[in-house]
Amino acid sequence: MIVLEQILNGVQFGVTLFLMSAGLTLIFGIMGVINLAHGSLYMIGAYAAALVAAHTGSVGLALLGGIATAAVGGIAIEFIVVRRLYERDHLDQVLATFALTLIINQGASMLFGRQPLFVSMPAALSGSVTLLPGLIYPVYRLAVIVLGLSVAAGLFLLIHYTRVGMLVRAGATHRQMVRALGVRVGRLYTMVFGLGALLAGLAGVVAGPITSVQVGMGEQILILAFVVVVIGGLGSVRGALFGALAAGLVDTMSRAFLPMLFRRLMDGPNADALASGMSSISIYLLMALVLLARPQGLLAGKP
Amino acid sequence: MTSDSLETRIAKRMSSILTPRSGTMLVGGAMLAALPALVAAFNVPSVVGLATQILIYAIAAMSLNLVLGYGGMITFGHAAFFGLGGYTVGILYQHSADSSAFLGLIAGTDSLVVAVAAAMLVGAIGAAVIGGLSLRTSGVPFIMITLAFAQMVFFLFVSLKAYGGDDGLMMRRRDVLPFFNARDDTNYYYLCLGAAACWFALTACIVRSRFGFVLAGLRQNERRMAAVGVAPYRYRLAAFIIAGAGAGLAGALMANYLRFVSPDMMHWTKSGELMMMVILGGASTLIGPLLGAAVMVLLETLLAAQTENWQFYLGCILLAIVMLTRKGLAALFSRLPGIRS
Amino acid sequence: MNVAAGTLLLAQIGVAAPALAQDAVKIGLITSLSGSGGYLGQDIRDGFQLAIDMGGGKLGGVPVQVIVEDDGAKPGQAKQIADRLLKNEKVRIFTGIVFSNVAGATVPDVLDAGAIYVSPNAGPSTFAGKGCQPNYFVVSWQNDSLHESAGQLANELGYKSVYLVAANYQAGKDALEGFKRFYKGKVAGESFTRLDQTDFAAEFALIRAANPEAVFQFEPGGLGIAFLRQYEQAGLKDKIPMVVSSASLDATILTVVGEAALGVNVTSHWNIDFDNPANKTFVAAWDKAQHRPPTAYASQGYDTALAIGAALKGVGGKISDLNALREAMLKADFQSTRGAFRFGPNQHPVQDWWALKAEKSGDGKLALNTKGKILSNHGDAYAKDCKF
Repeated sequence: MIVLEQILNGVQFGVTLFLMSAGLTLIFGIMGVINLAHGSLYMIGAYAAALVAAHTGSVGLALLGGIATAAVGGIAIEFIVVRRLYERDHLDQVLATFALTLIINQGASMLFGRQPLFVSMPAALSGSVTLLPGLIYPVYRLAVIVLGLSVAAGLFLLIHYTRVGMLVRAGATHRQMVRALGVRVGRLYTMVFGLGALLAGLAGVVAGPITSVQVGMGEQILILAFVVVVIGGLGSVRGALFGALAAGLVDTMSRAFLPMLFRRLMDGPNADALASGMSSISIYLLMALVLLARPQGLLAGKP
Repeated sequence: MTSDSLETRIAKRMSSILTPRSGTMLVGGAMLAALPALVAAFNVPSVVGLATQILIYAIAAMSLNLVLGYGGMITFGHAAFFGLGGYTVGILYQHSADSSAFLGLIAGTDSLVVAVAAAMLVGAIGAAVIGGLSLRTSGVPFIMITLAFAQMVFFLFVSLKAYGGDDGLMMRRRDVLPFFNARDDTNYYYLCLGAAACWFALTACIVRSRFGFVLAGLRQNERRMAAVGVAPYRYRLAAFIIAGAGAGLAGALMANYLRFVSPDMMHWTKSGELMMMVILGGASTLIGPLLGAAVMVLLETLLAAQTENWQFYLGCILLAIVMLTRKGLAALFSRLPGIRS
Repeated sequence: MNVAAGTLLLAQIGVAAPALAQDAVKIGLITSLSGSGGYLGQDIRDGFQLAIDMGGGKLGGVPVQVIVEDDGAKPGQAKQIADRLLKNEKVRIFTGIVFSNVAGATVPDVLDAGAIYVSPNAGPSTFAGKGCQPNYFVVSWQNDSLHESAGQLANELGYKSVYLVAANYQAGKDALEGFKRFYKGKVAGESFTRLDQTDFAAEFALIRAANPEAVFQFEPGGLGIAFLRQYEQAGLKDKIPMVVSSASLDATILTVVGEAALGVNVTSHWNIDFDNPANKTFVAAWDKAQHRPPTAYASQGYDTALAIGAALKGVGGKISDLNALREAMLKADFQSTRGAFRFGPNQHPVQDWWALKAEKSGDGKLALNTKGKILSNHGDAYAKDCKF
């Protein structure tokens, strides 16, 4: 039973990672832009949702407010900064988006202070439910899983069954050709960036009630999102989903079961130290193994 | 040529050596050498410490530049070698201070020469291991895998309680050199200046050698180089190892300067800082990392002293520099006529 | 490069703090105002400044000039700032550092240069036992003693088995060790979490499986907020009570997590509702000056200022004789917001520890209410090793 619960935990963590990395893989894979400011977009979504909720008390408005603000922020960033960086070196993109992160984070702290924000749990989603005898699971986390999987399905439909999605797929593999065919690549890029930002904002809104909404909250999850993107393959949303689920499961399972395992093999304090060290790096190990076996990522080329 | 008189020939030769650029470099070098005296004259003694930090970061940035700028390999894990160098010095010092031995085998030492050499060796070995595995990939996977390894090293040192863990490892006194009081801040500044000058010269030699041209060629067009018969992996790994040794040197000097090492020396954000210095100053130029290190450290110190929201202004300035200059600050410098960098 | 060197010189001259009256004593307050420190540095600085403002720009009747600097939670930066203040500004009294690793880099420099350091927060064991220094004082608490009090509270509340959770870094491990030093029951299990972890579901499942009578956790800052929130959602809040130290639940965190913290037992050396006159004055003045509730960090900043003021008064404002200043400091001749306070043999506090509980008052507001005393005149485990 505990194994089942931990599996659910792993899936839920994976889904949260997926929301972050889906946007990142689109931006990274399709536009070739390394966007370090993605974590700040996550933070913008969480802050916007928290503030709207505090003022209006409505969950729906908070959700809309959060993702809208993040999307608008993303489009603004694309228009002002990122647009001029497409032809430039990756290095310049790194520096520019890093500078943006500093500006946005410190700007948030100047506007809203360094104290974390209060976010209330939507009443309908609080509490736990009994799924199976002995398996009690929080409703909110189940809702997150459902939401994440629907977003994944929605993205899949978008990319494979709409015209826009076709352009996205084409742009991922043959950017120059798409341009030569007369498609307004600039507008496409702006849209993709906005979509990526929207997804990051959604991840932030969803994370609000269960984590701490404060300046710099995006940095912790950003690096894991990059890892997931690489595991799954650049530009592949399907890859991001599988990569995120794999990373979530590996991380959760190692945190849950490694200490027990190591305690059987060696004595007390050494076992704990080794187990916690191993579980800290489990996701990175997974990525290293995937990259050494298949450098492009697991599902690269399959958007 | 034979029609030029001796005077004209001498004048031409002089003007090709004493160009505005080399003149600027000479003046700059002289100012660096005279810094402690100038500082005493203006009564701002802490500038020596600031300059020492800049020089140490310049060494780290120059070593990263070899891999990042000239070699074209974007790595987010360079700080791991910086931290490994620092921790080598710290661990050796701790063992010599309480007369124990590392892993029961290697005795501690507080000799600066031995500690720095060990740090460079550890940095090189670390680079050999990490580079050996990572260089089988390239592009984005390479960035991420170097990042992963750096994070692993970071988490390893955070969990090492014997060597301070997250609280860091203190060194009560700096390591010693015979006949040279390294504990005096001005002396230590000259030591770092000498080290930076040596590493600068080494980098200049490497970049202008056949090895350096191969590296640049691999950066520009790997397929063509393969067609010419060059095996990329070996050259890149060699550059990576040299860079690792350089970062180890910088880490050792930093540990001695701060008399403190902590895991944040090897966190990926430290790698990011080094990358910023290289990019800001101008990747694949010789003087770029020096400029970048100076500007970054100065900006941080100046801005932090003025306002608590200094990160905002730092971000704005960095963004402006990236958007407005094409090749970093060194590009502004290279507008002066003179020998190519 | 010459341009950079020139700017360097100009910058150093230009950035010197504005000079006040010639006889104002300079105090260097190096704290974390940006970076991962969050609000801790702000609270310490504001508490310290409050004491000065209430003294009309003076501490202990002696005019002072506080130079506030941000270390960004980075050891190297703090060290550089201390270097500049020591050499350029000739500062002789330092305070302010929030984090133990930053202190480790900076305090030796300050002490070696013949200055005094008074810590308003960081109290690592390195300086508490064999490494104690005559010019080093701690006004907050020795890091371990905070968690020892939690262990004692777990005893008093009658919990026979406790599950321990801490973040996997030095302070986290010290926290668990301090707890275990005093806790007499059974440790049902231990989990270390990653410093960048956002999700604790795996640990909750382990807790549920171990079925302890209580949980003790030490998760700093934002991690603690996430932990409390998720603990409630996992349905554990009403099943397995939590015991924490005040670093994990203070007034600010309570404002942020709300009902998720109801019923949590907290140990602290200070609380808003202490009714000694010094605290009443402090809380009233703070509420007028700031728009947020005071935390222990604010009270520590305030008490540190008072402690320095008492020392300055003892030497009549003349800090040239550091020994005399030190003697005056040791007397701790000030009214602390905590009530009873004195310095132990290792110049760390000997003070009382109290049990608090997060409860709802009649008007529905959440507050941390003092429940009773846990430890009286408690020093720390390292004092006996300190020999000057």
